[in-house]
Amino acid sequence: MSSEAIAIQTAEAAGQPWVQTLHEWVTTVDHKRLGILYILYALVFLVIGGVEATVIRIQLMRPHNDFVSPQVFNRMFTMHGTTMIFFVAMPILFGFANYLVPLMIGARDMAFPRLNAFSFWLTALGGFLLYFSFLGGSGLYGAGNAPDVGWWAYAPLASRAFSPGHSSDYWTIAILASGFGSIGTAINIITTIVSMRCPGMTLSRMPLLAWMNLVMSGMVLLAISPLSAAQIMLLVDRYLGGHFFDTQAGGSATLWMHFFWIFGHPEVYVLIIPCFAFASEIIPVFSRKPIFGYPVMVGATVCIAFVSMSVWAHHMFTIGMNSYANSFFTITTMAVGVPTGIKIFNWLGTMWGGKIQFKTPMLFCIGFLFQFLIAGLTGIMLASSPFDWQLSGSYFVVAHFHYVIVGGILFALFGAFYYWYPKITGRMLNEGLGKLHFWLFLIGFHLTFDLMHIPGLLGMPRRIYTYEPGRGWETLNFLVTIGAFIQGIAVLVFVANLIISYFKGAKAGNDPWDAWTLEWSVSSPPPTYNFSSIPAVASRRPLWDLKHPEDPDSHYE
Amino acid sequence: MSAIASPLAETPTVWKLPYRGKVGMACLLFAETAIFTIFVVAYLYYVGKSLSGPTPREVLETPIFYTVCLLSSSLTIHFAGKLLERGRRAAFLLSWLLTITLGALFLYGTGQEWHRLIYEHGLTISTNLFGTTYYSLVGLHATHVTAGLLMLTIVLIFGLAGRVGPEQSARVEVLSMYWHFVDVVWVVVFAVVYVLGR
Repeated sequence: MSSEAIAIQTAEAAGQPWVQTLHEWVTTVDHKRLGILYILYALVFLVIGGVEATVIRIQLMRPHNDFVSPQVFNRMFTMHGTTMIFFVAMPILFGFANYLVPLMIGARDMAFPRLNAFSFWLTALGGFLLYFSFLGGSGLYGAGNAPDVGWWAYAPLASRAFSPGHSSDYWTIAILASGFGSIGTAINIITTIVSMRCPGMTLSRMPLLAWMNLVMSGMVLLAISPLSAAQIMLLVDRYLGGHFFDTQAGGSATLWMHFFWIFGHPEVYVLIIPCFAFASEIIPVFSRKPIFGYPVMVGATVCIAFVSMSVWAHHMFTIGMNSYANSFFTITTMAVGVPTGIKIFNWLGTMWGGKIQFKTPMLFCIGFLFQFLIAGLTGIMLASSPFDWQLSGSYFVVAHFHYVIVGGILFALFGAFYYWYPKITGRMLNEGLGKLHFWLFLIGFHLTFDLMHIPGLLGMPRRIYTYEPGRGWETLNFLVTIGAFIQGIAVLVFVANLIISYFKGAKAGNDPWDAWTLEWSVSSPPPTYNFSSIPAVASRRPLWDLKHPEDPDSHYE
Repeated sequence: MSAIASPLAETPTVWKLPYRGKVGMACLLFAETAIFTIFVVAYLYYVGKSLSGPTPREVLETPIFYTVCLLSSSLTIHFAGKLLERGRRAAFLLSWLLTITLGALFLYGTGQEWHRLIYEHGLTISTNLFGTTYYSLVGLHATHVTAGLLMLTIVLIFGLAGRVGPEQSARVEVLSMYWHFVDVVWVVVFAVVYVLGR
């Protein structure tokens, strides 16, 4: 088998026409190429979603602004939310999982390579459909419009009567398609981890990244499926004249909210758990210590997944549930903070007493650690239902979840980019540009999202088109917009770094960070077949064992 | 340094992990369970909330015969798998054909029921909440039966061409898992629609 794979590799030598290269990329079933496709696809949408965020922020920069029309504003926040969750965060995390999981568990590919390609192209189709609505939303006569029902698409706003044309249909079908893609990828990741580990890689020796992606994929199955079911119901309503969410015929708008948030809340953890995984790989390597409390980390991850399945209605405190439901969802939501706190403690424990190297990946992880803690604390505040009655639907909530998604998820993702870019491309990202990116983004982030809490507390509702002067919101909103521009510049620095380093970066070699997991044992970029012979491992840090045969980990585990 | 030489002889000599087909199918069925759960919840939530008729009590008849057909097809596919494992190809094909026939009979039963509801009682998916939830839930299940029948038929064609032997038994087992799932879902749908829902 291995000799066959090597023969394929040599046939891929350089000098072929670009059409053939393109054909290879489009028809590829290699987990590494699909991982890169996922990541590139998501980066394109990151820029698009970022432009939409900028439009929103320019509109809100000063009172009575009319940079865009109210209709365009509605489309912008709808498209921004939908794009960032479904076509940036999910695919980029799947991309990293695709690329890294087989390499880290010593496998040559995912369990179902063709399903893998199918899932990616379904997701790609979803993103295309969503943006095609700009043209085709009102039929194909050139005067389309994008969905404008908010990323929750609450009933009955998304019904035929209140959302005529096809914009909501594009939204529904886009999410349905990408949802099936996500389910396919989740099945693939779970099966790969369960069935494809290399000899000696018992569950208790698996890298934490593999563990956390296993848990994340399980959550995808449980969270995306209800969303797909709800989208099918919405399609039945819109196309077949059904009444699921039609209040005129006895249908319930609340039911849609429940179905949406049964997806919506676990989704947050679907996104954050892979970021925990990045932190759990990067922090030990740059602290020069093994992870503190490995079994507890695994336990806490499973615990978070379990509890997060029963917290969804904290998004719905204001719809008037009874006091038992309110108390239940308050308590479960606060309970999620416990395993999350354990994780933060463990990362700090890993850093404690280590020889910390403040390279760019580590800087982003430290930023992630502190910002995610603050995001968690405002989360605990909002979990308390009386507090939420006051602030639900305000900019405080917007600030809270952007703190999670940007301060937590995006920071960890940037860390992952700087850490694994050398493995993926064979070249290091520029450290100077990386530090510039980090500090600019950190300043922009705090300017935007720290300040955004305050107009929320002062009563500024989310999704408003504009506001009156004299409410004390003007200066804050102006500064928030300035922060958004600084973040935009930082992202441009990052993109420039990605491109420049691809051509001019220093050669990385196999193992630039002196790390311990299996992906660093192969060349950068790894050969198509990953491992010329399947490795065998005896501990959680196989490369440590290899580099230190006199004192291997396997003696202690 | 492409291969990791294990520094210890502790590496297990026997390293066997679960068959990936089974794990993958189990994951798919887990996701399907979540989808069906949402449809069942919607059905139960809307029982008795229709603003106009017809109601389930007025128009639904319990499809006992077709239910027996579908449930017994679970038995025949199980025996088919066992027979294939033992290499008895002809008996396998017969049992497989019987499974397809029973499944197709069930689908025919659903079609007949829908025809009766539409033409005799005027109940369509847009008539009332009962129509919406009933056709969606039963239709989702019937879709799964149809997909299952297609896959079973493909195996039958390969079998008739003499291409299915004991070495494929693990793969046939994966399809059999799916078919059992479709049957179990029907038990739930039956209980919800024809027992609790009335």
